[in-house]
Amino acid sequence: MAVGDVPLEVFASIRAVVAEQTGLPVVVGPSLPQPEHALDAKRRQYSSPAVLAGIFRQANGFSGKLLGVTGCDLFIPMLSFVYGQAQLDGQAAVISTARLRQEFYGLSSNTSLLLSRTAKEALHELGHTFGLIHCADKSCVMSLSTNIHQVDLKLGRYCAVCSRAIEEKVKR
Amino acid sequence: MKPHWAILVVDDEEVMCESLAAWLREDGYAVDTASSGREALDKAARRDYAIYFIDLKMPGGMDGLETMMAIRRLHPEASIIIITAYATVDTAITAMKEGAQEYIVKPCNPEEISLLVSRIIKVKNLQRENTILRKKLSRQYRFQDIVSKNARMHDVLGLACQVSSLRSTVLIRGESGTGKELIARAIHYSGSRAAKPFVPVSCAALAESLLESELFGYEKGSFTGATESRKGKFEQADGGTIFLDEIGDISPKVQVELLRVLQDRCFYRVGGSQEVQVDVRVIAATHIDLEAAVAEGRFREDLFYRLNVVEVRVPPLRDRRDDIPLLAEHFVDRLAHELGKDIRGISEGALRILIDHEWPGNVRELENAIERALVTARGWRLAEEDFAFLLQAANGRKSWAVPANTTLQELEKQAIAATLGRTGGNVKEAAEVLGIDRSTLYDKMKRYEIARA
Repeated sequence: MAVGDVPLEVFASIRAVVAEQTGLPVVVGPSLPQPEHALDAKRRQYSSPAVLAGIFRQANGFSGKLLGVTGCDLFIPMLSFVYGQAQLDGQAAVISTARLRQEFYGLSSNTSLLLSRTAKEALHELGHTFGLIHCADKSCVMSLSTNIHQVDLKLGRYCAVCSRAIEEKVKR
Repeated sequence: MKPHWAILVVDDEEVMCESLAAWLREDGYAVDTASSGREALDKAARRDYAIYFIDLKMPGGMDGLETMMAIRRLHPEASIIIITAYATVDTAITAMKEGAQEYIVKPCNPEEISLLVSRIIKVKNLQRENTILRKKLSRQYRFQDIVSKNARMHDVLGLACQVSSLRSTVLIRGESGTGKELIARAIHYSGSRAAKPFVPVSCAALAESLLESELFGYEKGSFTGATESRKGKFEQADGGTIFLDEIGDISPKVQVELLRVLQDRCFYRVGGSQEVQVDVRVIAATHIDLEAAVAEGRFREDLFYRLNVVEVRVPPLRDRRDDIPLLAEHFVDRLAHELGKDIRGISEGALRILIDHEWPGNVRELENAIERALVTARGWRLAEEDFAFLLQAANGRKSWAVPANTTLQELEKQAIAATLGRTGGNVKEAAEVLGIDRSTLYDKMKRYEIARA
């Protein structure tokens, strides 16, 4: 689901990759408004835990996973930013496209790169909701990325071990 | 694998605590949170955390520094990272002085925290591995782990055990393969120096100049190739034990230097002008007859007496045959496991072969023979035919054996004299039989003072 304004093609890309990697049906849910309640005026960033809580409130009896996608730059108090956040082995996750855009780094826009990065981060945070922790395989989407180069180094897929772990979780 | 490492995040701000904890959990750590110094102390008393993230400013009587100090009293080895919103040089210095491992200002870059945590965990893993290996090592080399029921061997072990807590120099004597190094290690690991290094040096394996720099270290530029200064084995063993194996083979020059270390516990590095003081216990070992070497002038008498403070004589295996079944069973168990073979024991016939064998190479030869038999064995236990190679070797030795302590020159002299005897003093014929030319034979006859007939 969108949290604030998010281009439609981002959802198409996420939907295709997540369905292919998890084998699960993916639907695009209703959009949420810009999360003004989560804005930290001093940091000019949005509190990731507050946005995540807002997404989780949308569950309303839904038993699947909820992924929010926002253009807002997210943070947790300890860190200068996060690309996303998830409830580990839980239901909700959120990713931000703010730092996945080339424009953030003073470069010209690149839509296909944005879509590929967004899909990777979506797989990563959803992986956490399936209980996966960071993977030591740097090409696996579950490896930790603390900068954009590490995001680009990852392939847009789970490694065999992480893939099997999700499969088993889904079966249960 | 990280899950066995636990982290505690201490901050009065719930969202700060929980979000950092969640972020670290995604990395596989077990993370707990505490909202005050008191709660942190309660949790630290119940669980041993590898890393503590503690916020500097906390209300309620106990601030970050106080919490840190209290935790350090409980767990001196804990790694503590102090978090603060505003960096001031004073607080940073105070935090580090009181034992904080790091000091970070929030918000900080995710990469910084990730690197910091993985660096601390890497060190913790190495420390843990080191502790496990040390425990394993000392277990392996305790006196009670030396396999023997032989009365002579028990006397040897009793004496070695008695001297283990002293600093006295020990000279271990015995044939090759009798387990001299094993006893030296048992002395070290049973004494008060067990936590310090045990440094073995094989004196026979190194040339004089190499042995000198190996034992005493060298200064940069002291010889070609000395591109940097290096500590020698004596310095490496400081606080612990140095084991000088094959001490009978060292040159007169090294003997003098060793004597000085034994007398004064100090020496100079090769090319160095600064005296180096060490606290090292010396255990030496030899298979040669040192008294004879002293009588022949090959070994300094004063060094011999310095080394021979406590003498431990390890009997050869042929003099403790009652230990052979016990040792054989021990080696079969251990080596079968190491080689991944499902072999459980040894037949009576095979044991008889082992008991009757002469074992010139002692326990080491027995161990090697059992490993060789295990590699080729097909049954569920070692049988007589698995040791056929021992019978062949024994037969071979019976037909001709080199006498003990024979030099190559002595052998050559005997071969020339015997051949000349057989040819009735005919040098040309003897040279042909020996495969050398006549002039070479004449040279050697002159050198060895061998007459024609």
